[in-house]
Amino acid sequence: MNLDARLTDALARLPDYLGGHVRVSLTALALGIALSLPLALLSIRRPTLRAIVLALSSVVQTIPGLALLALFYPLLLGLAALSAHVFGVGFSALGFLPSVLALALYSLLPVLRNAVAGLTGIDPAVSEAAVGVGMTRRQALWMVELPLALPVVMAGIRTAAVWVIGTATLSTPIGQTSLGNYIFAGLQTQNWVFVLFGCVAAAGLALLVDGLLALIERGLGARRRAWVVLGTLGMALIVLVALAPGWSRPQARYLIGAKTFGEQYILAALIEQRLSAAGLTAARREGLGSNVILDALGNNEIDVYVDYTGTIWANQLHREDAKPRADVMAAVAAWLRDHRRITTLGELGFENAYALAMPRKRAEELGVRSIADLARVAPQLTIAGDYEFFSRPEWAAIRAAYGVSFRAQRQMQPEFMYPAAGAGEVDVVAAYTSEGRVTQYDLVVLDDPKHAIPPYDAILLIAPRNAEDRALTEALRPLLGAIDVDLMRAANLRATAGGDAASPDAVARWMWEEITRRKGATR
Amino acid sequence: MPAPSVISFEGVGTVLAGHRVLDGISLAVAQGEFLAILGPSGAGKTTLMRLINRLAEASEGAVRVEGEDVRTADPIGLRRRIGYVFQNIGLFPHMTVAENIAITLRLLGWDAGARAARVDELIGLVRLDRARHRDRFPHQLSGGERQRVGVARALAARPKIVLMDEPFGALDPITRDALGRDVRGLHDALGLTTVMITHDALEAVLLASRIVVIRGGRVIADGTPHALMNEDGDPYVRELMQTPRRQAERLRDLTAGGA
Repeated sequence: MNLDARLTDALARLPDYLGGHVRVSLTALALGIALSLPLALLSIRRPTLRAIVLALSSVVQTIPGLALLALFYPLLLGLAALSAHVFGVGFSALGFLPSVLALALYSLLPVLRNAVAGLTGIDPAVSEAAVGVGMTRRQALWMVELPLALPVVMAGIRTAAVWVIGTATLSTPIGQTSLGNYIFAGLQTQNWVFVLFGCVAAAGLALLVDGLLALIERGLGARRRAWVVLGTLGMALIVLVALAPGWSRPQARYLIGAKTFGEQYILAALIEQRLSAAGLTAARREGLGSNVILDALGNNEIDVYVDYTGTIWANQLHREDAKPRADVMAAVAAWLRDHRRITTLGELGFENAYALAMPRKRAEELGVRSIADLARVAPQLTIAGDYEFFSRPEWAAIRAAYGVSFRAQRQMQPEFMYPAAGAGEVDVVAAYTSEGRVTQYDLVVLDDPKHAIPPYDAILLIAPRNAEDRALTEALRPLLGAIDVDLMRAANLRATAGGDAASPDAVARWMWEEITRRKGATR
Repeated sequence: MPAPSVISFEGVGTVLAGHRVLDGISLAVAQGEFLAILGPSGAGKTTLMRLINRLAEASEGAVRVEGEDVRTADPIGLRRRIGYVFQNIGLFPHMTVAENIAITLRLLGWDAGARAARVDELIGLVRLDRARHRDRFPHQLSGGERQRVGVARALAARPKIVLMDEPFGALDPITRDALGRDVRGLHDALGLTTVMITHDALEAVLLASRIVVIRGGRVIADGTPHALMNEDGDPYVRELMQTPRRQAERLRDLTAGGA
């Protein structure tokens, strides 16, 4: 029955996710059309402008969707700050706005190219006749050139619609709720029902919109008013349905952020449950990019989330050295307070650091307990890491401190890295310390006697506007120091197990039960 | 007393993109004339005709239509009151026969009822079938039917002047002959002043009341078909007129001798 439960869960989120998806993609498409059609008209008689515009929109097209979307966030953040400074009115740089702008840019090329092709491809004899019978430039455009170019223009609009609806799934990491929420959450929590559901829903929406636009196009071409009306009504219906949940959904008082990996989904669920237990309404903004989430908190676009000291130490303080846990914690908290007015409520109690780990049996055979021991045997061993590990300062620091050098390095998706270590295909993995699969595959985390790797303490961060919010801080305080690395590993492992008990909400409930049980035991 | 001139060229020259197309053209077209402009391709025939409704502009001299210098006239209004039949027919492919014919009327702001009545009248005038053709699209018609629609469109707003740029060029000989005779009939019946471009001397001789031969941007002959057929003027004109004359002689032989 767990497939049913997952489907029910997925369906329950559909109004919210689909609504967000439709709002962002149709707004982007409308904006894209509103920009590219006039540009196409302006450029028909100006070959130089046409070449420039087409080249620019082609360049935009070559930027990967995720990167284009992510680039708009800092840009808008700057604009919002400028606007707040100059006009006294800021705007939210998270979610809707950057997504719409990036997706609209994406839709430019197909609409522009087809509109130009359609308008320049008109039989010169027909254009001459339009002028010869006494049409003005504008009349020739509206009565002859546009109607004749329409099928080609509509084909471009349909291509753009399919692209935009597909790419809109990538707006999840910059904080726009979309069908991508299913995909990002599903990939991180190993919920393949969610992944499939998100893909199928996005594809279904794309096909539906494409079909309705095709109906309108055929209707216009064949002068079937009924088809045009039907297609337009269909589009209007989609828009109405998309708007409906937005109006009826009660506004949550607090927004909880979560990055794009499983542990963050669980912690966000745990925070939400704590807030709602304290009678505070909260909602989650999940799957936010690592680059976006801290800025979002600093700008009060989310209220609370969990980050890791080492991440801020390296990415914000630009430190490449490692210091003891307490020193890093103090430096990070001070920096967040002074530079971002963010309150560090405290540590949760575990670290999610990078660490080198080996299968227990192999480590014992080789007599390896620490990275220092490893240096001796490393030239015969293979190491695997995620896509960024080997370019991170931690790896440079490890090599500098211990002089380790492996026979081979392999980059892998974390989902496959641990099983590969379990199966003996690689000897050492660059693991995360709170990763549940460290337990599952019986790996040992190697000591770091020279403290080459900075500490990654999980810390609860509060947005500037909530600094004095006693209700919020009191509701969250019971979580401080309550989650040790064993609990977090166990929770992460449960989340990968599949089944109803593996959903972030269920795992979070289990964690809270554990926390209260332990507190009861110590009391 | 000679009929007043409806169209006149006074020392007109045209330079297009640094290239001289027309040079010192002086010509007056009288009310009711059917003027054929004859000449080889590249002679400047089309440019000469396009000066009349300002699809082209003269570099020197003046073009007058009904006494008014076209430079001071509104080109849009000018085009709406002068009928134009295009070489490539130029029907609007997304409009029905009726909509194509009524286009100038629509531009002039006629109401739908008046337009429909006029369209019915014109369909009859160019001998198309109201029931069969009215709501068809151009691609559903034969070449001859299409150019009949083109002629109806040119006549829709009751112009006094009709310009025709090789109107029968794309048609087969039988259709060409039938349509040519119908056009000449309409010209007479409606009291039009018609200027027709052609490179076919026989067509010019058979349809026109006056022929102007253009070569290298200049008028090299100007007269009635009868005069041009029988005059001993410019060698090129003589050569040009040889063709219809030979055709006529051959036909006479065939019909008389049967050999």
